[in-house]
Amino acid sequence: MPSVRILIPTPLRQYAGNRDAVEVNAETVREALAGLVSRYDQLRRHLYAEDGRLRNFVNVYVNEDDIRYLEKDTTSLKAGDIVSIIPSIAGGSFSLMDRLAAKRKDMISPAEIKRYSRHLILPEVGMAGQLKLKQSSALIIGAGGLGVPLAQYLSAAGVGRLGIVDFDVIDETNLQRQVLYGTKDVGRKKSEVAKERIAQINPNVDVQTYETRLTSENALDILKDFDVIVDGTDNFPTRYLVNDASVLLQKPNVYGSIFRFEGQASVFDARKGPCYRCLYAEPPPPGLVPSCAEGGVLGVLPGIIGSIQAIETIKLLLGKGDTLIGRLLVFDALRMKFRELKLRKNPDCPICGANPTIKELIDYEEFCGLRGPAEEVGEEFQLSVDSLKGKIDQGQAVVLLDVREPMEWEIAHLDRAVLMPVAQVPARVNELNTADEIVVYCKTGVRSGRITNFLRDLGFRKVKNLVGGIDEWAEKVEPEMPRY
Amino acid sequence: MIEIPTTVIRSIEKHALETFPEECCGFLLGHVGEPRRVMEAREAKNVAKEDRSRRYVVDPLELLHADEEARAKGLELVGIYHSHPNHPAEPSDFDRSRAAGWYSYLILSVRDREPREFTAWRFDDSSGRFHSEEIVGRRNQP
Repeated sequence: MPSVRILIPTPLRQYAGNRDAVEVNAETVREALAGLVSRYDQLRRHLYAEDGRLRNFVNVYVNEDDIRYLEKDTTSLKAGDIVSIIPSIAGGSFSLMDRLAAKRKDMISPAEIKRYSRHLILPEVGMAGQLKLKQSSALIIGAGGLGVPLAQYLSAAGVGRLGIVDFDVIDETNLQRQVLYGTKDVGRKKSEVAKERIAQINPNVDVQTYETRLTSENALDILKDFDVIVDGTDNFPTRYLVNDASVLLQKPNVYGSIFRFEGQASVFDARKGPCYRCLYAEPPPPGLVPSCAEGGVLGVLPGIIGSIQAIETIKLLLGKGDTLIGRLLVFDALRMKFRELKLRKNPDCPICGANPTIKELIDYEEFCGLRGPAEEVGEEFQLSVDSLKGKIDQGQAVVLLDVREPMEWEIAHLDRAVLMPVAQVPARVNELNTADEIVVYCKTGVRSGRITNFLRDLGFRKVKNLVGGIDEWAEKVEPEMPRY
Repeated sequence: MIEIPTTVIRSIEKHALETFPEECCGFLLGHVGEPRRVMEAREAKNVAKEDRSRRYVVDPLELLHADEEARAKGLELVGIYHSHPNHPAEPSDFDRSRAAGWYSYLILSVRDREPREFTAWRFDDSSGRFHSEEIVGRRNQP
């Protein structure tokens, strides 16, 4: 059996005959320690708890490796190995009072009184209101343009528990408006960075992150644990999903949306007023309303709308003030006007009306028309960027149809292409010739895919979709081309 | 009772100010006995993964090396020091959950970058409580 040396830490030497090291013969760590305590029985109660396991602050290393990362106490030993017993040293300054107070949801600690003093002197908040905030929770869906100011202001205000749903990573294009994130954070997960920043703003807030896409399978489970749901999402299927789940769970849904220079905000609470479906019974046809990536957005705008959502959330949690239930706030940043539209509950609303037909969550992608077979372009109608380059180099006559928006065209476009934005194609289709070989492109190939199918259906036989769009062209064929 | 030279106390204060607002931690080397006598301090790195303004964790390997160094000098590891930024120099709930009766625990309170009270504690395994240990200063090293 190999002979190994066990190093005894200072405080235990008195129980090991004042020795700082003991030689034993053992095959495994367990045997070595057993050998040690059989020789020096007094060590046993210092090393082992009553259940026979090593006490939780006793670390054992074999040479320089912690046995927890090897095979724990079955780690095998060889001759000359050094087994070190090292106590775990840790501590902190969270005093009993502070810790209890912070964890206890029925009181505000002295430190919290100082932090929230500007709230406490407001008659509408006071100690009672601040305590209510501490005892409540809000779920922020989406940690992007709208989610960022929500995360900042709700945590600063002392909402006791926040949930963040986002599976995305920070991209450089986000930094123009998502001011919680910095240059160094590019590439990191939004939910992780948001959680870190919230801890810096207010360590008293519990943050639960959900790094997942919200789906019909998980939405009810996730939403049920929160008092208020705040919708900071950027796509229609999720908006309908969040709405339906909120209605089914009878929770208020604080809505905000942005597009270019305009924003909207409202509070949907089916118990007291309309829901999202009462306002927008059907989603728009896919592709009609561009995303921020396609349509663009003034960076500050989600900061304003998200802050409005934050204030509505706080009012809901406090039970104070008039919220936007039954009202749609419309903000035009260019003209600097706020308008208000009255929203009525639709008595025939399929989910919150008198006779609801929707009693459970549905397939929202299908609802928004994103699962239709029309979305897929057949293989024989796809063209790769390399093939297109080949055709152009060989002097083949090809009509390049750019279906993006004029601002995108200004940034970069393919040589000798023709611009015909998506929405204009049906009206201008007569400008195209069915005899021509037409290659349709957009930024990534999604919009152009739809147009390719559209033209095919009209009888254009020689139309193809450029796979990957101008993005892929810039990456593979023309690297000097500006990308956006 | 524990004897600590004022030079050691000054070096602990310096370390605490360097890491402020995070907690600092380190080792005290000296001789056990009654009173315990501290001869020197050795800085350690606070490897707590989160919240180092309220938590400290000593890397066990660093503890091992400190122990070896002490031995090489004919000294022993008699205690651990750490700072409490903007908090009194009293052991917390958390300190209590991780303490063992082996070492002296020294805590330095630092308020807004000013070193304040400096206290020493021994943990009683059987009662699960800290007992205050009297600190006696020494001007010179013996």
